[in-house]
Amino acid sequence: MSDVTPGGDQHAVVERPEEATRLEVVEVKRGMFGVQGSGDTSGYGGLVTPVALPGPSARPYGGWFDQVVDILAEVLEEGTATGGPGFSEAVEKVVVDLHGADSAEAPQAELTIHVAREHLVAVCQALRDDQDLRFELSLGVSGVHYPHDTGRELHAVYHLTSVTHSRRLRLEVAAPDEHPHIPSTTSVYPANDWHERETYDFFGIVFDGHPALTRIEMPDDWVGHPQRKDYPLGGIPVEYKGATVPPPDTRRSY
Amino acid sequence: MSAPAPHATRPAGNEDMSSTVRAFEAYGDGDWDDIAREAIGEERIVVNMGPQHPSTHGVLRLMLEIDGETVTEARAGIGYLHTGIEKNMEFRTWTQGTTFCTRMDYVAPLFQEAAYCLAVEKLLGITDDVPERASVIRVLMMELNRISSHLVCVGTGGNEMGATTVMTIGFTAREEILRLFEAVTGLRMNHAYIRPGGVAVDTPEGFTTQAREALTKVRGYLKQLTDLMLANPIFKARLTDVGVLNLSGCMALAVTGPVLRSTGLPYDVRKDNPYCGYETYDFDVPTSKGADCYDRVVLRVEECYQSLRIIEQALDRLDRTEGEPVMVADKKIAWPAQLAVGADGQGNSLEHIKKIMGTSMEALIHHFKLVTEGFRVPVGQAWQTVEHPRGELGVHVVSDGGTRPYRAHFRDPSFNNLQATSVMCEGGQVADVVVAVASLDPVLGGVDR
Repeated sequence: MSDVTPGGDQHAVVERPEEATRLEVVEVKRGMFGVQGSGDTSGYGGLVTPVALPGPSARPYGGWFDQVVDILAEVLEEGTATGGPGFSEAVEKVVVDLHGADSAEAPQAELTIHVAREHLVAVCQALRDDQDLRFELSLGVSGVHYPHDTGRELHAVYHLTSVTHSRRLRLEVAAPDEHPHIPSTTSVYPANDWHERETYDFFGIVFDGHPALTRIEMPDDWVGHPQRKDYPLGGIPVEYKGATVPPPDTRRSY
Repeated sequence: MSAPAPHATRPAGNEDMSSTVRAFEAYGDGDWDDIAREAIGEERIVVNMGPQHPSTHGVLRLMLEIDGETVTEARAGIGYLHTGIEKNMEFRTWTQGTTFCTRMDYVAPLFQEAAYCLAVEKLLGITDDVPERASVIRVLMMELNRISSHLVCVGTGGNEMGATTVMTIGFTAREEILRLFEAVTGLRMNHAYIRPGGVAVDTPEGFTTQAREALTKVRGYLKQLTDLMLANPIFKARLTDVGVLNLSGCMALAVTGPVLRSTGLPYDVRKDNPYCGYETYDFDVPTSKGADCYDRVVLRVEECYQSLRIIEQALDRLDRTEGEPVMVADKKIAWPAQLAVGADGQGNSLEHIKKIMGTSMEALIHHFKLVTEGFRVPVGQAWQTVEHPRGELGVHVVSDGGTRPYRAHFRDPSFNNLQATSVMCEGGQVADVVVAVASLDPVLGGVDR
């Protein structure tokens, strides 16, 4: 790590942490209070904190997670005969979030499958149709914008439920900001129609093949996609009992 | 000078334009004439219903194409109540988030709070550390809220069909529940009562007695509603076989809640993926086979009775756990939860103030940091669903390790269920649109967020 003195080189290249193979750095925070440019007298101005999401988990995942991933791999490999993607092509990584539990058996443990965007529909089809997977209920799509995850800025997260087997999992798909295209899953899950419109509206992710991808919450002529991190919140200072409360997006962040 | 662009209305004081630009006026020779002329012979007409229409439960816009009395195409337009709550939550602390998400579906505010807090607790890894009494209070409040929400649904649904008495009884019964909310949280709506780690404050003294008395009354009102509606031949004729959506339709459109259960599938998150200890309560998931609006009303009333069953068990547990904590023990997360109403009407913890102001400088610093800065939540993402009165409510929270949510997304059941408007209304009568939409029970605050 190079210059870490207060007010030092703000563009220093940050070494990826030791466990870089396990973690995925999505952001690097500098300083302590989100203040840039002003004299930070706290002494924390040079603090560099990489923000890394949990990386791929090691086998065995525990609980039913192994079984579901195995069956998905099997179904996808069978599909290669008819031109479908193989498991290693379609699935980028598998992440297990234990959320403080000791094992994946606990109800709060969650399974995330990161899917290459071009193979999303094939994976959804396999997850919905195979009798041992049967994720027949899609609870929608939510977008997340990671502006520092270069080349994978826009993420779409799909929440699937299997009523048959009482299981839940999450699919995560990433697209670069320059080419924000993800295939639409409405052919597999018609319920994702409005959810994809919402994600398009708020993040600008274009879902190719969607029957009518228009804005849903914002007015049709709105400029910009409000939930992106580069879109300001806006707001005005409020006076209360003689003191002025600044708008929330200009308040100090920790 | 280029030709003036056509305007829909005649520009004032510019007589030259009147020859080139057509005027459209309500009283004749305008667009209405064109539509009427087109409709002669085929009786096809486009009707815009809403966004300000009393029977659309808020600012829902319906665009109907009708042929005579038959709806040939129905579309729902939303977004008139979008307030950017999810974006705002990214600029407040994790605890302040409950103050925002409670305002989404304002008829069932406690469900958003509970789902959000459960998701945050997952990220914090304290799911198993939430004290039992806090979970019991959460269950109690959610089930009370389920009854009050169903009463609004059934009441306003009845009112839309002209049965005003159904509404007055429904709202009178709801009033009893709102009084209980006021006793516990201090507010009738926008509670921000359920907080990450527990609840804001314990129930007041004598609450279980007060609740039991109120619930006897609620049970009486429910009986009145049942007697008034469910065997009434007009009510039945108006609702039976209207707005039918079968199981495959529900699954394809991910419609959950009473609409899904009216097709016979007993899917309820409280049974399927229990949270807050629902697996320890004794209750049934009512279903029926009709898949129409009448069955959905019957199910909602039946669910109210099941909620009463859960509440009675929860009240017993409240009596048993009297005096136990309602917030996690970890002082890095827990706000003081022993509040008393001060002279200014605000809830303050007098003992806590005495301690931090009078005896310990470190405690004062800690309190200040916890309230202004908030607590940090480990990096990661979590998904939590709860059984909302209208279906499955999902919360997706992402943390970047800071004191504010990096992203908070709410999968509101009404938002999703409104997609079924077309399939439930097309081919039916215009008058049945109101009934079909009422059976989805959309609350636009939740839809638009």
